[in-house]
Amino acid sequence: MRFALSEDQRALRDGVRELLAGECPPALVRAAWTDPAAAARSLWAKLTALGIAGAAVPTARGGLGLAACDVVPLLEEAGRAAVPLPILETAFVAAPLLAQDAGATPALERLLAGELLVACALDGATGVPYGAIADLVLVSAGAADGLAVHVLDAGSACRPERSIDHARAVARLLTPPSVDRRPLALTHGERVAAWHRGVVGCAAELVGLGRTLLARTAAYVKERHQFGVPVGSFQAVKHHLADGLLALEFAAPAVLRAAWSIDRGCASVGRDAAMAKALASEAAERVARIALQCHGAIAYTTEYDLHLFAKRVWASSRTWGSAEWQRGRVAVALGLQLD
Amino acid sequence: MDLTYTETEQAFRTQARKWLQANVPRGLRSGDTAEGFAQHVEWEKRLFDARWAVVSWPERYGGRDASLWEWLIFEEEYYRAGAPPRVTQNGIFLLAPTVFEYGTPQQQDAILPRMAAAEDLWCQGWSEPGAGSDLAATASRAVRDPAGGWRLTGQKTWTTRGAFCTHLFGLFRTDPASERHRGLTYFLVALDADGVTVRGFERLDGDEGFAEVFLEDVHVADDAILGGVGEGWRVAMSTTGSERGLTLRSPGRFMSAAERLIELAQARGSDVTPLLRDRIVQAWIDAEAYQLFTLGQVTKIADGGSPGAESSLNKVFWSELDIRLHATALDLLGAGAELDGPWMRGFLFALAGPIYAGTNEIQRNIIAERLLGLPRT
Ligand SMILES: Cc1cc2nc3c(=O)[nH]c(=O)nc-3n(C[C@H](O)[C@H](O)[C@H](O)COP(=O)(O)OP(=O)(O)OC[C@H]3O[C@@H](n4cnc5c(N)ncnc54)[C@H](O)[C@@H]3O)c2cc1C
Repeated sequence: MRFALSEDQRALRDGVRELLAGECPPALVRAAWTDPAAAARSLWAKLTALGIAGAAVPTARGGLGLAACDVVPLLEEAGRAAVPLPILETAFVAAPLLAQDAGATPALERLLAGELLVACALDGATGVPYGAIADLVLVSAGAADGLAVHVLDAGSACRPERSIDHARAVARLLTPPSVDRRPLALTHGERVAAWHRGVVGCAAELVGLGRTLLARTAAYVKERHQFGVPVGSFQAVKHHLADGLLALEFAAPAVLRAAWSIDRGCASVGRDAAMAKALASEAAERVARIALQCHGAIAYTTEYDLHLFAKRVWASSRTWGSAEWQRGRVAVALGLQLD
Repeated sequence: MDLTYTETEQAFRTQARKWLQANVPRGLRSGDTAEGFAQHVEWEKRLFDARWAVVSWPERYGGRDASLWEWLIFEEEYYRAGAPPRVTQNGIFLLAPTVFEYGTPQQQDAILPRMAAAEDLWCQGWSEPGAGSDLAATASRAVRDPAGGWRLTGQKTWTTRGAFCTHLFGLFRTDPASERHRGLTYFLVALDADGVTVRGFERLDGDEGFAEVFLEDVHVADDAILGGVGEGWRVAMSTTGSERGLTLRSPGRFMSAAERLIELAQARGSDVTPLLRDRIVQAWIDAEAYQLFTLGQVTKIADGGSPGAESSLNKVFWSELDIRLHATALDLLGAGAELDGPWMRGFLFALAGPIYAGTNEIQRNIIAERLLGLPRT
């Protein structure tokens, strides 16, 4: 038993953290608010140079062949920096799926070269995060666990919409999507695994977002003075922040465990992924609330950076299954069906 | 990453499970009554005879030299088997780690085997009428006896099972001129010594689980001091770390309670509303999250780290989880919940969790100040 990242996993994660600290500062996230495509392309080129696009693609198909336990910490970093890119969707969900179907090889090759961003609409919702800047969109013709996965041209399948988080470049799936090609040739297991990767990856991003929100808030309340003292010396403020840390510290291990269950193909993977997402969504939402409250009015403006992270939480905590929906999955796994 | 147990660890689990299945007693009275306490001590002696009382201790003290992982496994099996609460816990889980860390070899040899065998039964004498959260306000004092040793005077209170235990560990002020954390010393006292008066009184559940301990000029020898004169605060902090963290409340306890909650829900069938179902699932998820958190923590300890202020995260989480778990069970039971049954008893006990072992307000202060670096007030 050993429940911690290996040295290699930590080194990889730290490398990505460092890269994003330099290449994806809040200024870039802010730039993505006005021109999401331009910001996304420049950042994606740098991440592709690291091999991120093919991180979860088997080496035989030109990727890095990394496991979920390697990639999930990287997605937490993506969340930490509020990366304005469908990095989860492209690298962790779509790329391994495209790699399963020989017919999709041209798309896979372009993806690995960093020429292709992929959005996902696998959770049955019609809003597609990053649909407005993606080249392709994966849609499932069926329920959440995925009946058939189709690859569509994002341009013709979606119409841009406005998210509260402009950097998410959300689009609406046109109904009914014109599915004129054959679906990806996938086994049921492969489709379900893709769903789990999406759920767990999104949970990791939410934990990362929460960590940034909490760190920024802790820094702020040490600096901001009222009544002649830092506001962080007030116990009400301290307890809010303590609650935020508690929520994150008890969500993060569940996310990492779910990654392990994916890698091992554990029978409990569905339950573990659902539990991870439920905890991560709630933790991130909670921290976002706390961050706003402990900053006061300064956080209630778009001129201050905090909203870039908070809005990402509000935008993404319900994708890939809301906390409540995921708890419903856990209920089923525990044999607690309602009559 | 490796979330599997080795074959040796699995064999250890099987062995523990088998023994517990065959030996766990049923229907004991509450360990917070005189009669029930005696029954629980009998059980502790059986555990000791079969070398299951203190699995992580060295063999020479009655343990199995078990790793922390094996200890976690044992705890899981212990609660899964529905075995009785450990009336020895304040000794084996709180005092013992401190004795291992600060005791002289002579003290270790004198204290630990008798503790493991449930011959000596230890209670914790921190709180005083004027020193609850503010432990540094300890007023009980110790003065040197010119003829050798020390003389202790003062009052301890809220002492769990003090009326049934044989020994007490606690802080006494050895430097009358000192203030706050300085000048305190950690003493070990036999409760049958001259000058000790113990008065038991009822806790919320109606059992005599609390006691006041009055000390009047009680003589103890020099070797009743653990860790040196004036070192009491530092020594005591190692005990409180154990109390908040893993050792007092291992995840097995909450996981088995969550399993029982699910069984209760399944038995109630269609009485389970969607809202209640969601709370049940949430409670189960939280118990599982606590388990996962502790696996990370044990990995850190196995790598040579120490949990430090992180044990405050454990404390807040397990105590609030315990209340949610039991409150959910009561709501499942509905109007019948008021009956004096295990869930109601469990609920009443859970309500104490955010108070003892350092209140959760104090823990949140520690989390904010020591883990997030916020300024002290
Ligand atoms: C079931 C149970 C078993 C116990 N067993 C033992 C035992 O075996 N041995 C022993 O020594 N003690 C024991 N205790 C006592 C326990 O340690 C104390 O209750 C605890 O330390 C709190 O002290 P207090 O009760 O005096 O509350 P107080 O310290 O008076 O606190 C009252 C309220 O004020 C709040 N408060 C106090 N200071 C602060 C602060 N700085 N910031 C914010 N809020 C604050 C507290 O959080 C609490 O809500 C037990 C208690 C219970 C309930």
